[in-house]
Amino acid sequence: MMHEMIFAGFGGQGIMLMGQLLAQAGLEEGRHVSWIPSYGPEMRGGAANCSVVISDEVIGAPVVQKPQLALAMNLQSKERFEDMVAPGGRFIINGSLVPDPPRRSDIRNYVLPLSDLAVDELKSAKVLNMIALGAVFEATGAVSEESIHKAMDFMFGKKLARRPDLAALNRKAFQAGREALNKAARA
Amino acid sequence: MSDKVLLKGTEACAMGAILAGCRHYFGYPITPQTEIPEYFAKYMPEAGGVFLQAESEIAAISMVYGAAATGRRTMTSSSGPGLSLKQETISTLSAAELPCLIVNVARGGPGLGCIQGAQSDYFQSVKGGGHGDYRLLTLAPNSVQEMMDLSILGFELADKYRNPVLILSDGVIGQMMEPVGIPEAVTFFPEKPWAATGAKGRGKNLINSLYLDAARCEEHNRHLQAKFARIAESELRYEEFDTEDAELVLVAYGISSRIALSVKNRARAEGLKVGLLRPITLWPFPSEALRKLADRVKGLLVVEQSAGQMVEDVRLAVCGRAPVAFHGRPGGVMIQMDDVQAKVRELLAGEA
Amino acid sequence: MEEKLVFSRPEALVDMPTHYCPGCHHGIIHRLVAEVIDELKVRESTIGVASVGCSILAYDYFNLDMVGALHGRAPAVATGVKRSQPGSVVFTYQGDGDLAAIGTAEIIHAAGRGENITVLFINNAIYGMTGGQMAPTTLGGQRTQTSPAGRDPKLAGNPLRMSEIIAALSGPSYVTRTAVNKPARISQTRKAIKKAFELQLAGHGLGFVEVLSTCPTNWGLSPVEAGQWVDSHMIPYYPLGVFKEVEA
Repeated sequence: MMHEMIFAGFGGQGIMLMGQLLAQAGLEEGRHVSWIPSYGPEMRGGAANCSVVISDEVIGAPVVQKPQLALAMNLQSKERFEDMVAPGGRFIINGSLVPDPPRRSDIRNYVLPLSDLAVDELKSAKVLNMIALGAVFEATGAVSEESIHKAMDFMFGKKLARRPDLAALNRKAFQAGREALNKAARA
Repeated sequence: MSDKVLLKGTEACAMGAILAGCRHYFGYPITPQTEIPEYFAKYMPEAGGVFLQAESEIAAISMVYGAAATGRRTMTSSSGPGLSLKQETISTLSAAELPCLIVNVARGGPGLGCIQGAQSDYFQSVKGGGHGDYRLLTLAPNSVQEMMDLSILGFELADKYRNPVLILSDGVIGQMMEPVGIPEAVTFFPEKPWAATGAKGRGKNLINSLYLDAARCEEHNRHLQAKFARIAESELRYEEFDTEDAELVLVAYGISSRIALSVKNRARAEGLKVGLLRPITLWPFPSEALRKLADRVKGLLVVEQSAGQMVEDVRLAVCGRAPVAFHGRPGGVMIQMDDVQAKVRELLAGEA
Repeated sequence: MEEKLVFSRPEALVDMPTHYCPGCHHGIIHRLVAEVIDELKVRESTIGVASVGCSILAYDYFNLDMVGALHGRAPAVATGVKRSQPGSVVFTYQGDGDLAAIGTAEIIHAAGRGENITVLFINNAIYGMTGGQMAPTTLGGQRTQTSPAGRDPKLAGNPLRMSEIIAALSGPSYVTRTAVNKPARISQTRKAIKKAFELQLAGHGLGFVEVLSTCPTNWGLSPVEAGQWVDSHMIPYYPLGVFKEVEA
């Protein structure tokens, strides 16, 4: 089984870190993983994206050209990656910032109010990437929830040991993302 | 739970250097290799070593020359344009028989080009980017693990042959993260009685590349050539995948070999008899292995992130025994797997 | 009657004839460097960095570990040597083309960092090795192979006064310009070289000794006339003196 994913948005939305966290979660399960940062002409222009592959077999090309899942955190990312999603794949759109409706009917689209959830419900713009991670987790099942938490501990353990409130907030955000995706899937 | 850690290619390369006993790094910032100097700036003091940001690429490689002259394990890193600046000293390091590691995290060229990963520095790396008859042992990692392993191997080969070793990486391998198993630190270091450390209790040592007398210059060249022949004989590294029954063999190194591996796997799933040969050393080059394959396959397809450079060496090796096709993209634009796959189908259909 | 040896070869010099032309000052300056190294008893811990120019073969003449650098790169090479052998004494020996033209970036930044090395800058206002072309220190009006009508400052700019430039930086411990065309000046130059080495040994940072030198062959003068030309033409533009000195 091979999961190929692309996460895209503005620099500062925590997209890169989120991708690394997912890759770390795959590594916690002893699987093959790769993470590649945005390497487009906009590298210095404020946009950010990364490709993550989690696989049970050796990974050939680490560059994802037909993702089974893409996450677009802003309009620019939606326009850039919508056509790339593999037929039958999943496309998560941050509806809070993307006014345009999905165009493709051969993929499963999830328009989720990710930024609104962060600001209005969790009162922290910083947890946007954790909400998105929850949605991605729910949409792919690429790794187990336990591995996500292990990866969080590994990557933020030192920092969060001093701030148990932030650790709790991260988990709450992750759950909020899962619920948002489930709600959209049922709708 | 895995005992591996997730690292960037550039970080793995720098960490490998410290494990290999490198304690003297001199460099200059250029995208996409800047994480290497940044890593050393952070960790070299901890390791009791020296990190120095030089005033230029030229000064950086000159400092490497000075540190190598005293027998220390030392390195620099850069990308395309910076490597071009270093070439005079790289030729001189080889001439003066000074071991060191040089890393090129290659980007799109020519000129300033772009900052995306590319493989268009192949000629510069293996054909003598600088002047004179010299060779660089050139290693081409295709994973983050190899960024670390070949960094360590590079220092060992450099010392073994007293010649600079080049790691030809690219912006993609340099920037990507993969799990890496971290080997033990190197504890054996060869003696270097030739080094300039102060003439205490011995005659003077001279590190030099000038031979004003042409006959002596020729003699020195013959000595170097004999050494290069030994390297060519002993240090060739490459790997083959599914070539036993292959009708078409892909030839690719570095990031392209990862793409080619995926294409090969897809082709096999379609029932097409496709194999892959991946050079790990670009010099020495696996000419003999390619020649043997050419005698039994219907064709070869070279895949490179360039307008076609290594393909010339493949054609030289194969020498008309089999057709050699090329697929590449220059200027830092990633090769599309679908395009390579289409080319594979076309080539095999053409043969049928 | 007992014999008294009044003149002998310093241990830090190899017993061999040099390739320098009659009247050239390199031989004198080599000897002064070697005498200072002997006097300070540091021959076995000294590493010299030779450069490209007439003094390229200095690596043959000094009886100590030597590293031959590419054109202009000696201060960067010396930086690599010193940083990897901090206990050693490191000097560069560079001409005006090497230090003041192609190697300007390297000397400025080595001086700026205050690298703990000694730089010997031999300024004879011409490229000697390649046969008398214009140097960055060639004087206005001075005829060379590439300024046959005399250096025209409107076309080729004015010569660089390197000691003054280096002295303006905060890194160096000592910057001086001397000459060796008179016995008293030879003695002063020896003292200057010794001071620069002593400052290095005490860890005070880069010492820069510019020595005005001759090139009778390419100046088209006899050795005696060349010595006089240093007084009549060079010193008026390149005044002798100490431009910077830290408290030792």
